[in-house]
Amino acid sequence: MSASLEIQLIAVVVAVTCALPGVFLVLQRMSMMSDAISHAILPGIVIAFFITGNLSSPWIILGAAAGGLLTVALVEVLRKTGLLKEDAAIGIVFPALFSVGVILIAQYAGDVHLDIDAVLLGELAFAPFDRITMGGMDLGPRALLVMGVILVVNVVFISVFFKELKLISFDRALAGALGFAPALLHYVLMGLVSVTAVGAFDAVGSILVVALMVAPPASAYLLTDGLKPMIVVSVVIGAVSAVAGYWVAHWLDASIAGAMASMSGVLFLSILILAPHRGLWSVQKRRSNQALLFGRKMLVIHLYNHEGLPEAQHECRMDHLEDHLRWDHAFASRAIRSSLQNDYILQQGPHLSLTETGRKYARSSLVEL
Amino acid sequence: MDYAIDIRDLTVAYREKPVLWDVDLQVPPGVLIAIVGPNGAGKTSLIKSSLGLIKPAAGSVLIHGRPYSEQRSTVAYVPQRGSVDWDFPTNVLDVVTMGLYGRLGWFKRPGKSERIEALKSLAQVGMEEYATRQISQLSGGQQQRVFLARALVQDANVYFMDEPFQGVDATTERAIVELLQNLRKQGKTVAVVHHDLQTVPEYFDHVMLLNVRRIASGPVEEVFTEDNLRTTYGGRVAFVSALSAARKQ
Repeated sequence: MSASLEIQLIAVVVAVTCALPGVFLVLQRMSMMSDAISHAILPGIVIAFFITGNLSSPWIILGAAAGGLLTVALVEVLRKTGLLKEDAAIGIVFPALFSVGVILIAQYAGDVHLDIDAVLLGELAFAPFDRITMGGMDLGPRALLVMGVILVVNVVFISVFFKELKLISFDRALAGALGFAPALLHYVLMGLVSVTAVGAFDAVGSILVVALMVAPPASAYLLTDGLKPMIVVSVVIGAVSAVAGYWVAHWLDASIAGAMASMSGVLFLSILILAPHRGLWSVQKRRSNQALLFGRKMLVIHLYNHEGLPEAQHECRMDHLEDHLRWDHAFASRAIRSSLQNDYILQQGPHLSLTETGRKYARSSLVEL
Repeated sequence: MDYAIDIRDLTVAYREKPVLWDVDLQVPPGVLIAIVGPNGAGKTSLIKSSLGLIKPAAGSVLIHGRPYSEQRSTVAYVPQRGSVDWDFPTNVLDVVTMGLYGRLGWFKRPGKSERIEALKSLAQVGMEEYATRQISQLSGGQQQRVFLARALVQDANVYFMDEPFQGVDATTERAIVELLQNLRKQGKTVAVVHHDLQTVPEYFDHVMLLNVRRIASGPVEEVFTEDNLRTTYGGRVAFVSALSAARKQ
């Protein structure tokens, strides 16, 4: 396999692995927890590194998971004091833990691979050079294998506990009342977020992990109506961000991880604007259509109320609408045009009159009111 | 005597502040009981500790003579409507099916027979046409009825409901009351956190007056008195007098 293909494959696996637990973070309104965990795993990694002296040891992953769970537990402890809210608790806990990690690196690990740049941003381009061999046989890039294992763990966990995860995400109290141990599941989920973060950390660094955990699920949330479709769409968006990011980075000669995160942001922004039902454009269009519909109704009812009366000559003039109904010219013209198209009114010079259809529409609208 | 709900010496505290203080409540089976009291009286905490969601500082709760953990399958719970995120990506039928998760247990997924049961209880609350509707598109009253359907599908003996009339229109309120009275006719016990004192005598046969301590509990005609209400609601005498005036009419 070529290096280019391997990097893309790693990128896709990383993005997909992050998107899976990300769905539940986004749904439980805990997106910021991914930020906290991805930073707070650092001291866990550093301490595990000091103990084992080896960055590729599985202890590193366990150390990271411990760091992540410590964050979740500390946030919970602070929140339970009732003295500060969860966001403030997160904002206090993770910088504290992260800074401990940074100081440990600066003091004791100045000469190893654990430098700050790599920690924050990761470097996907070098991933193919770090390979795992067994008995002289090349098994593939380490990042791919590690992340592949974590992906399988995430997929298995979410498939097996799908029903339970859905319940704790939607209604924690009911989950507790039915005996589904929501606190335990929550910690397992957060443990997986930590493990995923440490796995992805090598490839994309601790900051960009957050983008990959939050942006694809947040995009999928705008596009889908069910939990399963949301998971599938998150995974697809994550994979697309990864591949697109790789080629953008290739083209700009820039950081692959940075380009992946940017692409996930670009995709989110496009979906935010263009999503069929919940997108900004569609919402705007719906509002404007409703306004026009309402304008048409008002116009027809206005004409109906004054029909046949002495003041009709005056009340039913086009320019009068702008004065009396306080409509601006553009909206008045739109309402008139649309009423003409619907065959509700007739226009003779500046005078407007109702058609039979228009009269019927006015009567039925008045009944609705 | 076998009580459906038997709460003894229940004390719940957040840090040092007691929310419930040495509360006793015995509810015989087949009773529709209102739990009333001012804001912060501990009504929700009473329900939550009955369901093992809050660990009490002292005291015990028995459901038909046994602790809740052994009675899960016979107890249904309707949380406050506002306690969940109604923008969650799911539909009405799916939410109702969640009521059956307890019976299914871990790992097992709901199938066709569960969906049929869920549809039946949706029909009981008059919402069967909404089965595939996104829950974000429901009105407040419809949300409440979905929650009720989710409790009905559990086919429990004891129901705990936290403010099922919160923010529903008059028609829905009547429909819900009828459902509750039907449950009682079937011999079920229903405990409801309720806010509207005026309707207590009309809707319920028992009432508990709660304000951190239990002020009184028992049949409405015995304990729903002006004196007890005054004790429960303290300073808000005008409110209570207006109520008793309304009751005399």
